[in-house]
Amino acid sequence: MDGPADHAGKDPAAETPVRRHRLSTRLWHWVNAATLAIMLMSGLMIFNAHPRLYWGQYGANFDAPWLEIGNAGETGVVRIGGFVLHTSGFFGTSRDAHGVMQAVAFPRWLTIPSTYSLADARLWHLAFAWVLALGLAAYLLWSLANGHLRRDLHITRAEWSPRHIWHDVVEHLRLRFPAGLAALRYGVLQKLAYCGVLFGLIPLAILTGLTLSPGTNAGLPWLVELFGGRQSARSIHFLAALGLVLFFVVHIAMVLLAGPVNQVRAMVTGWFRLPKERADG
Amino acid sequence: MDERLSRRRLLGAGVMGAGGLLLSGCDKLNGTPGFRALLESAEKAHQGSQRLIAGAALAREFAPGDMSPVFRANGNRDAAGNAEWSGHLASGFPNWKLRVDGLVLRPLDLSLEALRALPRRTQITRHDCVEGWSAIGQWSGTQLGPVLKAAGLLPAARYIVFHCADRFGDAPYYESIDLIDAFHPQTILADTMNGRALPVDHGAPLRLRVERQLGYKQAKYVMRIEARSSLAGLYGGKGGYWEDRYDYAWYAGI
Repeated sequence: MDGPADHAGKDPAAETPVRRHRLSTRLWHWVNAATLAIMLMSGLMIFNAHPRLYWGQYGANFDAPWLEIGNAGETGVVRIGGFVLHTSGFFGTSRDAHGVMQAVAFPRWLTIPSTYSLADARLWHLAFAWVLALGLAAYLLWSLANGHLRRDLHITRAEWSPRHIWHDVVEHLRLRFPAGLAALRYGVLQKLAYCGVLFGLIPLAILTGLTLSPGTNAGLPWLVELFGGRQSARSIHFLAALGLVLFFVVHIAMVLLAGPVNQVRAMVTGWFRLPKERADG
Repeated sequence: MDERLSRRRLLGAGVMGAGGLLLSGCDKLNGTPGFRALLESAEKAHQGSQRLIAGAALAREFAPGDMSPVFRANGNRDAAGNAEWSGHLASGFPNWKLRVDGLVLRPLDLSLEALRALPRRTQITRHDCVEGWSAIGQWSGTQLGPVLKAAGLLPAARYIVFHCADRFGDAPYYESIDLIDAFHPQTILADTMNGRALPVDHGAPLRLRVERQLGYKQAKYVMRIEARSSLAGLYGGKGGYWEDRYDYAWYAGI
């Protein structure tokens, strides 16, 4: 498959379709997007079974949580540390399929399945965990072999310079995105975001997820200790999922700002139209 | 600009539509037998990989200082609906006996005193509920392995079933484990919790501790242990109350 670097020497006319994303990247992107959506939504249902998070080895109803999604009557309440937020209709209380207000941490339209079933949510979550983990492993190996990691995601020494990063931040804030051939290369912020997901958030979610299993904990006791105990690991698991949600929001915003049709087409078909150079250069 | 805006709106509608489809699609798939069977087939992979990782390893044991200040009791808090158990509770369990039968050479009826004469173990372990919470407590009791050896398991025995005195509605609680967990050294019939006789809300007079599995496997109010070749034909056939009634996984090491 062609990679961005393959076009560096050519001079395609603007708007000429060029190959952008490899098959491996496109395949993994969409499989992983669907898998992460299922993992998140089934995970929120599992969270609903005990909507409290703790630090340390243990944590149950008589222990103090650092985060709790509960309710006071019909008022949904999120408690984070000492802060109390009223979140009726969304977190803590929300309407069921018949429009009746129910006490539930995450609303039915965010969970798999939509009506309470811890067993079914676990069935989905644990089955798709294999797709997530094996998919990531296969993609990383494939990307190592075909040079995607080295050519497209590797952050060079020049890119690490604060000046370069700051320049990319300013360009993003001014909503000035690379045009012409430069649009084929990932910017440093893009690389940081993608590497953060590939090597940071998803592996963290997988490893902390493993430590929620009593079987794994017996076999790999150091792993759960690495995260500070099972309840800390559960909290980190939740925070990693939150991190992936934040990535998703920014990712979608960037796609919308950079030209959604062109961007989505490139991720589906591999073909990308080079954006025209700006008149002001 | 107009074209761009309408494209944006179209894409936005597309994303919302896809979200809605995903949600209703997942609910539909969740009720489709073929798809459920596919998801359930992953349970064999969970069990196989977990057994590979854990081998014969022990669950971590903690120091007394690590224990939960309050150990939450969950599920049934007594077995008051069971007249036999209630009678034993009223007298303090002196005449209570654990029945060991099924595929064994010598069916046994063991009093608490007789159980205490067999090899025992004390362990401070973390109890992980399927809901997500954890509590650390100390358990003492007779190891299950020597009890099964005393009864003499027949070669056909594959599962150990725990019949309990408590009920949910008219469904009696029961649970089952395989022989790997049955002969694991930390698998005990606990009569003591945190240094005192097992409290009623934690399953007096005897409960199972199978430390490498989730809370719903830790059967309370155990009255009878039965060795079986298969779980089929017993209640719902899935090997436990939660498994039969709510489709919880039989292997709860994950």
